Amino acid sequence: MKDFWKRFSQNRGAVVGLVILLLVVVLSIVAPFIYTKSPWAMVQRPFIPPFTMDAFVLGTDPMGRDLAAGLAHGARVSLLVGLVSTVVSLLIGIPIGAIAGYFGGWVDDLLMRFTEFFQSVPSFALAVVLVAIFQPSIYSIVISIAVVSWPPVARLLRGEVMSLRSREFVEAAVLSGQTHSTIIWRQILPNTLSPIIVLASMMVAAAILIESSLSFLGLGDRNIMSWGYIIGAGRTVIRQAWWVSFFPGLAILLTVLALNLVGEGLNDALNPRLARKGR
Amino acid sequence: MRRLISASLALFMTTTAAFAQAVPGGKLNLIVQPEPPSIMIGTTTNGPALLVGGNIYESLLRYDENLKPEPSLAKSWTVSDDGLTYTFALQDGVKWHDGKPMTSADVLFSANDYLMKMQPRHRNLMTHVESVTAPDDKTVVFKLKEPFEAFIRGLAFYTMPVLPKHIYEGTDYATNPANDKPIGTGPFKFDEWKRGSYIHLVKNPDYYVKGKPYLDELYYQVIPDGASRSVAFETGNIDVVPGGSVENFDIPRLKDLPNTCTTEKGWEYFAPLSWLWLNNRKPPMDNVKFRQAVMYALDREFAKDVLWNGYGKVATGPLSSKLPFYKDVEPQYPHDVDKAKGLLKEIGYDGKPLKLLPLPYGETWQRWAEAVKQNLEEVGIPIEIEAADVAGWNQRTSNWEYDIAFTYLYQNGDPAIGVDRNYKTSQIAKGNPFNNVEGYSNPELDKLFDEAAVAYPASKRQELYDQAQKKLQEDVPVAWLLELGFPTIYNCKVQDIVTTASGLPESMRDAWIKK
Repeated sequence: MKDFWKRFSQNRGAVVGLVILLLVVVLSIVAPFIYTKSPWAMVQRPFIPPFTMDAFVLGTDPMGRDLAAGLAHGARVSLLVGLVSTVVSLLIGIPIGAIAGYFGGWVDDLLMRFTEFFQSVPSFALAVVLVAIFQPSIYSIVISIAVVSWPPVARLLRGEVMSLRSREFVEAAVLSGQTHSTIIWRQILPNTLSPIIVLASMMVAAAILIESSLSFLGLGDRNIMSWGYIIGAGRTVIRQAWWVSFFPGLAILLTVLALNLVGEGLNDALNPRLARKGR
Repeated sequence: MRRLISASLALFMTTTAAFAQAVPGGKLNLIVQPEPPSIMIGTTTNGPALLVGGNIYESLLRYDENLKPEPSLAKSWTVSDDGLTYTFALQDGVKWHDGKPMTSADVLFSANDYLMKMQPRHRNLMTHVESVTAPDDKTVVFKLKEPFEAFIRGLAFYTMPVLPKHIYEGTDYATNPANDKPIGTGPFKFDEWKRGSYIHLVKNPDYYVKGKPYLDELYYQVIPDGASRSVAFETGNIDVVPGGSVENFDIPRLKDLPNTCTTEKGWEYFAPLSWLWLNNRKPPMDNVKFRQAVMYALDREFAKDVLWNGYGKVATGPLSSKLPFYKDVEPQYPHDVDKAKGLLKEIGYDGKPLKLLPLPYGETWQRWAEAVKQNLEEVGIPIEIEAADVAGWNQRTSNWEYDIAFTYLYQNGDPAIGVDRNYKTSQIAKGNPFNNVEGYSNPELDKLFDEAAVAYPASKRQELYDQAQKKLQEDVPVAWLLELGFPTIYNCKVQDIVTTASGLPESMRDAWIKK
């Protein structure tokens, strides 16, 4: 663990990313306590510029809603959507990749053709279609993001499992009479953990971006204040009130950047040999 | 004994002489949004088609901003004392754009034949009419079955356009090639339509009102992108932006440009009124106190000032204040959170969340739904906003699958034409999003509306409509929001841009450019 931390902290960008990420997490946790009112509440006159009123540091949007409250509550939505949809896509991608890689042959062919079917459609376009079909809601958004982001997981897992499959410790397990599921669970999957963690951190970032894009296009959940929604709603008044789109945009940029930096740091820390080769 | 209501043509000519400083010449660029499928307004009656087609086709009458009839193709008219016989004398020297003379035969053909086949709205009006006859070439007589006073306001260019008999008689109206090259009697003639680019109209030199129109050419530009429409006006490529053709959020910026004028006039006939359908069939909306609480909860001044840039007016009840027979009667429902909470407490409302269906017409309506949600949650009614496209909205409202839904409708010049359809029991029918969608039923009110429609003269109707408005405002079958204002934005050099109750489509014959 100490080693891991040492290697992680060697990547200075990763540490910065981690700090930003922690700030966002803290913000999303304390948001309901600082901003007790609903972020939808129209609290002041519209179009108050940022840094002019102490009570509304970031100003108000075209409806007189507090932009800072919207950002704080939006952090929760963005993180939640990112995490949940990533978990769901791991739950789809890992079994498919593991089974395909472990059994090989026609099972592999079948599962990989199925995966390629999803990969051949541009993922954002597919997400838009899915959300439009199932009516925009936070559930349909999470599911659509998961549905479009599991194929890389499956492909990565398949490759890892295939290379582990021929190792001696796996063959020993086969000889000792362990069942296939035990071998996959106990012997193989634990060894694939590090690339999955790295991939997952990038996927959270991608999921936040997809959710923001969907909300920007008006395909978000109408009852949830997310960063993408604020930008989408603020876009129409960008010439009168730049701050409405600017601050949530900055928030998305920083969060996604932080997640990518952390992902890279994790990669360094978890795959020390790979990392050194890279330098 | 007969009563002459109209001014003679001579008088008409002197009133126009008041605008004597008008100078002829010049061209105007207007926006038409979206591009209409056709500008033959006998068959296509959506807004953009009317905007262009209103220059080509005319009806017997037009209406001033108080909906008082003015001469159009009819130079004068009389109504018999029992309110049953309307006699119209046609203008002299009216010619179709192809040179043939326009006569009473064309009016008869349009009213009895063409429009009966092509327009449901006309069929509705004609249910009150027994016969249409022409004693001679210049006279048309409508005999009514009952004294339907609203009839005099049903003869606008888009409810009863006069169409050329010699072109359409005996043909298939929908596919007649003349639909692509419309022939009318109006002040402007069709010249060219470059699909996706512009529609070009030119001055009709043989127009029967001497000296008019003043303008030589009209270009109706097609610009599909909203931002580009605003920019086109900013750069001066467009002179006139008709109401509703740029997004609401662009309006404050455009109207502050130098040399830019706006007017809210020209919507008196349509009188668009917005409200929330409250599904009266479902609890808690079946409780009148709940519906009143909704009215008190809504901050409609905020919606007007913030979402509609201050245009429009807070609705007092079922009738737009632009409509004849409107009266500002009690009870009224100003924004009052405490009253709303009190009413909800009184009925023991359980706090069950309700669904709100916004109108899928763009940003303003989406924001409005968010504001209404906020208003209602403030008094303790949890709201979930649903998502629907235009087709979904139509389907949900017309099949009554909603709790609360936004809408706005045109009131079309008379409560017997555009208002009672939303409240009468006989108008409850699935499959139509424009009738009594809320499912309100009150025999007492049905009777009031039925009597008011055929009462004569107008003063009798007024009494009955006063009672109907009061009754409805007590019962709150729907939550009235705003009389919508769609300002026309134009370059200040254009004069007399709106001269009738239907606005731009009819007014180009009077418009001129200040040099």
